[in-house]
Amino acid sequence: MKDSYITPDGRTIGGVLMDMRGITLRFGGVEAIKNISFDIREGEIRAIIGPNGAGKSSMLNVISGFYHPQDGEVWFRGAKRPTMRPYDVARQGIARTFQNIALFEGMSVLDNIMCGRLTHMKTGIFSQAIWHGAAQREEVENREAVERIIDFLEIQAIRKTPVGRLPYGLKKRVELARALAAEPKLLLLDEPMAGMNVEEKEDMSRFILDVNDEFGTTIALIEHDMGVVMDLSDRVVVMDYGRKIGDGTPDEVRGNQEVIDAYLGVAHD
Amino acid sequence: MTADQLHSIPALLARNVASFGDKPAYREKEFGIWQSWTWTQAAAEIDALAAGLLTLGAVPDDHIAIVGRNRPALYWAMVAAQRIGCVPVPMYSDAAAEEMAYALDHCGARFAVVSDQEQVDKIADIREGLTELEHIIYLDGRGLRKYDHGAMTSYGDVQAAGRAAELSVRLDELSAARGYDDTCVMLYTSGTTGRPKGVVLSNRNVIETSKNSSDFDGLRVGEEVLAYLPMAWVGDFIFSIGQSMWTGFCVNCPESEATMMTDLREIGPTYYFAPPRVFETQLTQVMIRMEDAGRVKKWLFDHFMAVAHRVGPDLLDGKPVGGLYRLRYALGNLFVFGPLKNTLGLSRVRVGYTAGEAIGPEIFDFYRSLGINLKQLYGQTEATVFITQQPDGEVRSDTVGVPSPGVELKIAENGEVFYRSPGTFMSYYKNPESTASTKDTEGWVATGDAGFIEEGSGHLRIIDRAKDVGQMVDGRLFAPKYVENKLKFYPNILEAVVFGAGREYCTAFINIDLTAVGNWAERNNIAYSSYQELSQHPQVLGQIEAHVSEVNTSVASDPMLAGCQIHRFLVLHKELDADDGEMTRTRKVRRAVIADKFSDLIAALYSDATDVYTETEVTYEDGRKGQITATLDLRDAVVAAEQVAA
Repeated sequence: MKDSYITPDGRTIGGVLMDMRGITLRFGGVEAIKNISFDIREGEIRAIIGPNGAGKSSMLNVISGFYHPQDGEVWFRGAKRPTMRPYDVARQGIARTFQNIALFEGMSVLDNIMCGRLTHMKTGIFSQAIWHGAAQREEVENREAVERIIDFLEIQAIRKTPVGRLPYGLKKRVELARALAAEPKLLLLDEPMAGMNVEEKEDMSRFILDVNDEFGTTIALIEHDMGVVMDLSDRVVVMDYGRKIGDGTPDEVRGNQEVIDAYLGVAHD
Repeated sequence: MTADQLHSIPALLARNVASFGDKPAYREKEFGIWQSWTWTQAAAEIDALAAGLLTLGAVPDDHIAIVGRNRPALYWAMVAAQRIGCVPVPMYSDAAAEEMAYALDHCGARFAVVSDQEQVDKIADIREGLTELEHIIYLDGRGLRKYDHGAMTSYGDVQAAGRAAELSVRLDELSAARGYDDTCVMLYTSGTTGRPKGVVLSNRNVIETSKNSSDFDGLRVGEEVLAYLPMAWVGDFIFSIGQSMWTGFCVNCPESEATMMTDLREIGPTYYFAPPRVFETQLTQVMIRMEDAGRVKKWLFDHFMAVAHRVGPDLLDGKPVGGLYRLRYALGNLFVFGPLKNTLGLSRVRVGYTAGEAIGPEIFDFYRSLGINLKQLYGQTEATVFITQQPDGEVRSDTVGVPSPGVELKIAENGEVFYRSPGTFMSYYKNPESTASTKDTEGWVATGDAGFIEEGSGHLRIIDRAKDVGQMVDGRLFAPKYVENKLKFYPNILEAVVFGAGREYCTAFINIDLTAVGNWAERNNIAYSSYQELSQHPQVLGQIEAHVSEVNTSVASDPMLAGCQIHRFLVLHKELDADDGEMTRTRKVRRAVIADKFSDLIAALYSDATDVYTETEVTYEDGRKGQITATLDLRDAVVAAEQVAA
């Protein structure tokens, strides 16, 4: 594959941003991921799909540095990544959303999104408590960045609403906002559309495309809705029982017999 | 510049820059903060865009479509168009693509200034058929990066090109060339029947009307308004451009549609217009919240609201009120009314108007008793809004006021109201037949509404649309809106449509109000999974039946309209919606469409059946269609004995 190319819709896809090489992840005797390799290129929307229990979320957790694979290497921006704590991964420019929303329910939408700016704040707890000089300036700058995201995701009306009072679809959007607030190089979305109705899915799809287009953010997502995946993503990795059974453009994947078997089931001889 | 030279909006703008250049002209909440522009800054933005339009090849008399929600930049686009002798044509931003296609094609717009990707996409869908449309100027570029920019430029880039071109002399020449009787703006009427019509309004229409109406209520610089009503509606054009330009007051634009209530509270407008529906919704929300309030609060609210109902309107009208009641009202103001008005964002309202539909007397009195100077006006696009309005001190819920300054009224034999005024429109665009049938050679315009002028007070009272007023089979008067309005005054009824012309008795479709009924269901532990299920809940039907019977009693007391009592009704399984063509974008029911679409339901209402199965096609917001099916209960209401005229 060439180093960088332009998609039919006019976006530039760059070189390899993240390279997963021979990843194997075990939980005791269970092999959740079996020797999987694939890469994520700069500026692309990369989907990981597969039936339930295929190991998709585990894969995302490996990328985000939460799980440490027993075998294999994770290369990020041209360097092999050592075993890291999740906050180190965040500092490297990787942010994520969760399958079952993980927001601070009692805090306002604004405060939740401000949390996403944590890696961009340098002043300490004491100067922030005194609220003077650098701390104040920093808060203003970060608030502005957050307000731009609020505007981008059209959640102005719920800015001051406690997250616990929001419906599910909006919580998902707030979670996306918090991840975006970190200004990530790589954004990981774990089932961003699970449990949404058609209209909410359309909105979310639009936001994902806009994020990719507007900020040039590379996105890796897990999703069950095949229609959404095929429409959104540039390339798709298909997993089944911890193995990689397909990798390529949506069209290539759609025509892959193994993938069809995994999804539709196949008669046992 | 003297007053008699103020013959166009750009001339008024120049006057405002000279007179109060440093005062705020526009505000918009963005990124959580109110951003403001002074008259001087706004004029510079307008000139930059106007010059940019020239560089794109705009020539005088071109139509420039403006599509989007209320934003300063779009108001500037309207004035920029006028600055170079073009005609702005604001359009409903929530209209579906084909509705917009009709208007764009009909006005032959060469340029469209639109808010965002949504509108660009909509125009892209219909662009094939639009031969005249050359260029789109968009405000918010999000999601548009990948689009072909051959015939599309961002608002900022057009302004930059305009600034670089240095065309200020040319701009002044083009502005000066526009006379008092040249077209100021073209507005499409929503049209309860048939295709929308393009109403052409002259500078004279707009400026005279703005002047008269500003004088009527003493509007002045320093007034605050919130621009949240559709830009395509004549009222918004007059309030946010006409009167604002004439008096120099500041126009505030909300952050988004959803934040309107918060923004209203932050701005605290002094001059406020809202359709009755907005007041109804607000009142419903207040009542719902009071139901959930603690006992002390509830008692305070009930106690002082009783005081307010008794003396509030009189205090507002300056009538004599006893000292003890004044004291109790003042206490009420301290504990209840003041905080409540503040929550509603109406603390500072000096002049408030409602129009478009009849407002329920209870709703109207509620706001007036709080000390909010809410009044009614009656108008239409063809009159540049104002036909009648209520002067301070003569406010009632059942009239629409006295003729506005400069307006003459007459009532035709069939009861239809005619007017003639400085605001009388020039013509319908490309439609001389309709112009001729609406406006006669002497300038009298038929309103299409039936009404009468009350003896003594001189106030106009409107009964119904003239064409909707009909006869029942026994020759008695049938005025559906009269009954529908009474029904709609109940908080849990959102909409009602009454049938009965040429029939033996009247029947009705009713839409429940999901907010009110949903809240009631929640408080009473009634589970429901959909609008449809809630609408057919036996207890809901029971409540509606009680309301209908009450309305019947009230209708029966009016000897002229006693025939309009509702004998049978049903509660609809879907909300009547503009996307399905059942209502206009300004939320007026389209009787013919409804009667045709739900003909099976009407037939069932005039049969002996107790329920009816129906399939209905619905249109989703994105234009796709779907089917819903339902079995609806048909209910009989109690019909009251009619009062026999003595």
